Amino acid sequence: MDNSQKEQETMVHVSINGRDFEVPAGSTMVQAMWYTGHEVIHGIGCLGGVCGACATVYRVKGDFRLRNALACQTLVQDGMSFSMLDSYPIQRAHYDVAHLSDPKEELFTFYPESATCRNCNACTEVCPQGIDVRDSVWRANFGDFKAVAELTMSCVMCGLCVSRCIAEMAPHEIALYARRAYGAKELPFPTNLRSRLNEIEKGIFSREIDRLLGLSPDELKKECEVKS
Amino acid sequence: MSDLVDSFYALMPEFDETSPPALSPDDRARLLESFYPDYRPEGKATIRVGPSAGTVVPEEIAALLESRSRIEGPRPLPDHPDRDVDILIVGGGGAGITAALHAAEQGAGVLLATKLRVGDSNTVMAEGGIQSALGEGDSPVDHFRDTFRGGHGANDPALLSVLVQEGPRMVEWLISRGILFDRDPQGNLSLRKGGGTSRPRLISAKDYTGLELIRVLKEDVVNAPVEILEFSPAVELLQGPGGACAGAVLWDLDSRKYLYVKARTVILATGGTGRLHLGGFATSNHFGATGDGLCMAYRMGAKLVHIDSFQYHPTGVIFPSEMAGMLITEAVRGAGARMYNRFGRRFVNELETRDVVASAIIRECSEGRGVPTPSGASGVYLDLASIDREAGEGTVAKRFPNIVKLMTRHQVDPTKFPILVYPTLHYQNGGLQTDQNGHTSIPNLLVAGEASGGLHGTNRLMGNSLLELFVFGRRAGLEAVKESRERAPFSWKEVSMAHVDHFEQSLAREFEGADRPMAPTLFPDYRRKDS
Ligand SMILES: Cc1cc2nc3c(=O)[nH]c(=O)nc-3n(C[C@H](O)[C@H](O)[C@H](O)COP(=O)(O)OP(=O)(O)OC[C@H]3O[C@@H](n4cnc5c(N)ncnc54)[C@H](O)[C@@H]3O)c2cc1C
Ligand code: SF4
Ligand code: SF4
Ligand code: FES
Repeated sequence: MDNSQKEQETMVHVSINGRDFEVPAGSTMVQAMWYTGHEVIHGIGCLGGVCGACATVYRVKGDFRLRNALACQTLVQDGMSFSMLDSYPIQRAHYDVAHLSDPKEELFTFYPESATCRNCNACTEVCPQGIDVRDSVWRANFGDFKAVAELTMSCVMCGLCVSRCIAEMAPHEIALYARRAYGAKELPFPTNLRSRLNEIEKGIFSREIDRLLGLSPDELKKECEVKS
Repeated sequence: MSDLVDSFYALMPEFDETSPPALSPDDRARLLESFYPDYRPEGKATIRVGPSAGTVVPEEIAALLESRSRIEGPRPLPDHPDRDVDILIVGGGGAGITAALHAAEQGAGVLLATKLRVGDSNTVMAEGGIQSALGEGDSPVDHFRDTFRGGHGANDPALLSVLVQEGPRMVEWLISRGILFDRDPQGNLSLRKGGGTSRPRLISAKDYTGLELIRVLKEDVVNAPVEILEFSPAVELLQGPGGACAGAVLWDLDSRKYLYVKARTVILATGGTGRLHLGGFATSNHFGATGDGLCMAYRMGAKLVHIDSFQYHPTGVIFPSEMAGMLITEAVRGAGARMYNRFGRRFVNELETRDVVASAIIRECSEGRGVPTPSGASGVYLDLASIDREAGEGTVAKRFPNIVKLMTRHQVDPTKFPILVYPTLHYQNGGLQTDQNGHTSIPNLLVAGEASGGLHGTNRLMGNSLLELFVFGRRAGLEAVKESRERAPFSWKEVSMAHVDHFEQSLAREFEGADRPMAPTLFPDYRRKDS
C-alpha cells in the first residue's frame, strides 16, 4: 500500500495476465496489481486471507508446474507469472439442514459424485489452507462428519480444489454439508446454553434488567462502574 | 525468515516480566484524552450541513457526509423500475443475511443487493467470537453492566437490554443452522475471556468465527427464496410519499449501469467505514467498508449518533509492512499474551479496554519507546510465546491457527517471535440512530449491524458486534415484513431523488459553491497514481 517507501527497494519482474511489469519486491500479488494500475474488484473481498475471493494460479521462473495461492496473502517473486481465477461455476446442493433425517445417506442424494473420488490427491496439493481435502472427502463418504469438521475448519471456500479435481466434484461444498449436518444433527445441544435459555424463558433476569432500565443515566453509570 | 525479517528480530531486547503500573480511573481518562484519536483535535472538521451539523468528526467522515451524489443532477427516473419488491436489503454481511433469512421465512419478497460477493464483509473476518453470558455465575445482567461500563455509559440502555436477553436465543438459532462453536469436554460451549468483561463470555470457532458463520449463512441465503444481486452496490436511496424511503438505485459494477429498485421497505446493512482510513490509520476492515449507508441515509435526513466515535483496535500488524492493518484478535491477550516496548518493558495491563490499550501503544510510540520498522513506522511487541509458557506448549497453534498461518506466510513464526503491532482502524462505534426494531428516523428505512449506532456507546466490547448482527438483523427483517405489509400502496410516479437535490442545494449554499467530494466512493483506490 505504502508505495513511496517500497520504491527504494528492489524491483522484481512479474507477468500479470500475460503482460510484463516491474513491481517492488515484498508486494503481495494484489498489491502488485494495484501498483501496475489494475482496478481489482472481482478477486478481492477481505484482503485478510479468509474470504477466498482471490484464488490465483501462478508459475515461478524455471519451473513448469502450475501452482495456486490466495493473491492477497502471497508475495511476488522475480520471474513469477500469475492470473486471478475469479470464480468457479460449482453446483451446490439445495437443502435445509433442519430437514435432514439421515444425513449420512442423504450425502449421496445431494452429492452422489462424492463417491467417485479417485484418490489422486490433487485437491490436497492445491489447497492454500493446507487442508487434507482428499481425506475429508473420504471421511464424508464413510460418515465420519466429525473428522470432516476438524479437517476443514480453515476452508475459505476459494474453490481451488474444484479446479483440479479429476472427478469434477466440489470437495469444499461436500465438507460444508458434512460440517453442518454434524453441528445441527449429531452434536448434542450444549448444556450451558440450554440452562441459560430456560432461565431467560422463566424471566428470572427481567426484574433486574427492568430495574436497571428504570434508573437515571447517572445512577446507571454509577451502578455499572465497578466490575461485579 | 527473510533477511529483512531476520535483521528486524536481531534487534529484539530482553523482555522484562515486571507488571505494568495499575491505572486509576483518572489515569485512564488522561491517557485517553492525550492519545486516543477520537479525543485529539488533529484531522477533525465540524459538520456544517444536515442533522449532525455542529458535530466534530474526522475529516474523512465530514467528507463522506457532506458529499455530492455519484448521480449527476437533474435526476430523472426511468418510466418503470427495474425491480419492484417488498423488501430491499442493502449489504450482504452478517446483518443483511440474517435479516434476509428471517424476512423470507415470513413469505416476503426479498431482494438482497451487495457490493462484492455475498459474505465478502467484515463479518467473515471476525476472529475472536461472540459474547453470550452462559457461564455459571454469569448472567445477562452482568453482560449488560460490562457493556455499559465499556461503552463509557453512552450506550442506549433499551437496545442493550434486548441484546443481552435475546442473545442466547440467537446462538441457539446459529447452532440449529449447523454452525460449529468450540466445545469443552462436557459438550458445553467453551467460554473465553475478552478485554473489558468481568466473566469469560466469548463463544468462538477457533479464530475463524466469522468464516464459520458466513460459510453456513451464505449457503442458507443462497438456498432461500431471496433474490441476490452481487457486485451491485446501492449508490442512492429513493424517496416516496411523505419523505419515506421507497427503494434505491444500484450500480452494476460490471455493466456500469444503474438499476432502479422500488421497495416498500429498505434495510441498510452496509457495515463500517474502515476503508476510509481515518487519520491515515491502516485498517482491519474488508475492501468494501466505505460507509455508504451513512452517506446515502444522511442525504435523506437520517439522524446519526456517536459518529465521532471509532474503535482503533490496539493490535494491528505493522511489520512486515505488506500486512499492515491486519488484525490480531484480542483473544490472544485474554489468553495471556504480553506486550513490550522497545526497551522490553510492559507498559499497560493487556486486559484494559481496547481504547485504553490502544492509547497506551500510541503513547509509547509517540514518546520514543516504540520499536522502529524498516519502513519508518513504529509499533510494540505482542508476544504470544507467554501463552504457550502458561497454558502449555502448542496452545497458540491449537487456539489461533489462523494467526499462525497468516504470520508464517509472511515469514514470522508467532509461537517463537513476537508480532509487531500498532492500533488499526477497526470499528465504527456510532452510526444511524435506531430503536429496538431497527427503525431509523426516516420512515420505511431500517438499519442493522455496524451501520447502526447507540448500542455500543462510545466503545464496543469485543464479541458484542457479532451478537448484534443476529439479534438486530432478525428484528429488522421481521419489522420490515410488518412495515411492507402495512404500507399504503404508492406509484413509481411518486418516487424521486428530490432529497438529493435538496441536500446538494444546502451544500452549495453552505460551502458557497465550492466543489464537494463525491460519495459513496465504494472502494479505496490503492493504485499508484502515476501508473
Ligand atoms: C478483522 C475483524 C475482526 C473482527 N472480530 C470480531 C469479533 O471477534 N467479534 C465481534 O463481535 N466482532 C468482530 N468484528 C466486528 C464485526 O465483525 C463487524 O462489526 C460485523 O461483522 C459487521 O457486520 P455487518 O453485517 O453490519 O457489516 P459487514 O459484515 O461489513 O457487511 C456489510 C456488507 O455490505 C456491503 N456493502 C457496503 N456498502 C454497500 C453498498 N453501498 N451497497 C451494497 N452493499 C454494500 C459490504 O461489502 C458488506 O458485504 C471484527 C471485525 C473485523 C474487521
Ligand atoms: S478445501 Fe478447497 S475451497 Fe477450501 S480452502 Fe482448500 S482449496 Fe479452497
Ligand atoms: S482431486 Fe477429486 S478425485 Fe482427486 S483426491 Fe481430491 S476429491 Fe478425489
Ligand atoms: S481477498 Fe479475501 S482471501 Fe484474499
